[in-house]
Amino acid sequence: MLSNFDFSVIVSSLPYLFGQGMVFTVTLTAMAAVGGVIIGTLLAMARLSGVPGLTQVAKGYVELCRSLPLVLVIFWFYFLVPYIGAYLTGGSTPIQVGAFPSALITFMAFEAAYFSEIMRAGIQSIPKGQTAAAQALGMNYWQTMGNVVLPQAFRNMLPLLLTQTIVLFQDTSLVYVLSLTDFMGAASKVAQRDGRLVEMYIFAAVVYFAICFSASFLVRRLQRRVAIIR
Amino acid sequence: MNYNWNWRIFFDASPEGNGTYLDMLLSGLLWTIATALCSWIIAFFLGSLIGVLRTLPSKPANAIGTAYVELFRNIPLLVQMFLWYFVMPEVVPTRIGDAIKQLPDAPFYTAVVCLGFFTASRVAEQVRAGIQALPRGQRMAGTAMGFTTYQTYRYVLLPNAYRIILPPMTSEFLNNLKNTSVALTIGLLELTARARSMQEFSFQVFEAFTAATILYVIINLVVVTAATFLEKALAIPGQR
Repeated sequence: MLSNFDFSVIVSSLPYLFGQGMVFTVTLTAMAAVGGVIIGTLLAMARLSGVPGLTQVAKGYVELCRSLPLVLVIFWFYFLVPYIGAYLTGGSTPIQVGAFPSALITFMAFEAAYFSEIMRAGIQSIPKGQTAAAQALGMNYWQTMGNVVLPQAFRNMLPLLLTQTIVLFQDTSLVYVLSLTDFMGAASKVAQRDGRLVEMYIFAAVVYFAICFSASFLVRRLQRRVAIIR
Repeated sequence: MNYNWNWRIFFDASPEGNGTYLDMLLSGLLWTIATALCSWIIAFFLGSLIGVLRTLPSKPANAIGTAYVELFRNIPLLVQMFLWYFVMPEVVPTRIGDAIKQLPDAPFYTAVVCLGFFTASRVAEQVRAGIQALPRGQRMAGTAMGFTTYQTYRYVLLPNAYRIILPPMTSEFLNNLKNTSVALTIGLLELTARARSMQEFSFQVFEAFTAATILYVIINLVVVTAATFLEKALAIPGQR
């Protein structure tokens, strides 16, 4: 029962939980979101480019990522990245990659598939006439994309991109399977060290809930503000 | 690159002593499918109930529905899994808690309940969207025909709403299937966990993960194909 709920174990581990765990989680989320949006936008552009080969490769990658569980992808990259590193640097043995870069590459590559679906919808939401107008003005593909299509696509899709980032924030807890010290990993380490599973896991749930709930509340308010009235 | 590929590893005996590595992966696949199907039953019925609650003309019902969805959507699945597995047996009365801890296949039941409740919040959002996508006149027509609220939902709103939301429900089903892999953290021996233990026993990392990847892709294709057939079979002739 909850009669011997011990708050002191939470209080005494706060510096570790937030100073190390939450910093890791937030850094990973922010960097993976930025990287994921950039790669995702490129994937969406490739998929809509109509270039034979490029379209299929982008589509295949996105569909593959979307049909695999994140846990499996985390394991894939954890073992694959050292080999890719060795290949890129021309070394003969797999290079040692730190846990953080490995997790970062995983989340960037995996979330890029989801961000690319959002950006594809965003690019398609821009009327064809605008692209045609930009081309009539003599802009090339990159100028059209960079000056006309993408700025509007980002604006239209901003709420969805942020919602996906909240999902990403929750998903980063899965680096637990690599025994990394993100917020959940830190909570679980304290829980096992002190035998205080009930306190630590309930506290972790409360913290995640508070952050994600207020973040999605802010996204909903933002959505109302950035909505372009047509 | 000095990685020793050995694709015949699948037919070597696994150190568990019953069958080959391939058998090990296939048993994992069965656990994945069993967990996904059982949790989907909970998710579908509970999610439909919560989704309906959010569309009822009643403030308390809306509030309960909203609270449920917000609670289960804003806590990571891994944390929920731990709450059900480690915390729940400690919080309930000792006698019940001990009984839960002694259950055979406890990870399986925990994963089913946890995924069921988690996915229910997503199903609820789809059901709500489906009901709200219907023209308002349908609800009014139901009332005008003298249907009770229950009858309006049962015979008018829900049959139409489910047809509209079949495609997003398919992807929720697939998400639920993929989410079963999170249950490896509480010791469920599903496909990803089996691929991981095959990698630990045999050191053939990429063969193990490739096999798991192919199996996941196959299940996805099967589900998507089945959903297309279901959509055709359920379509109302002449509509759209």
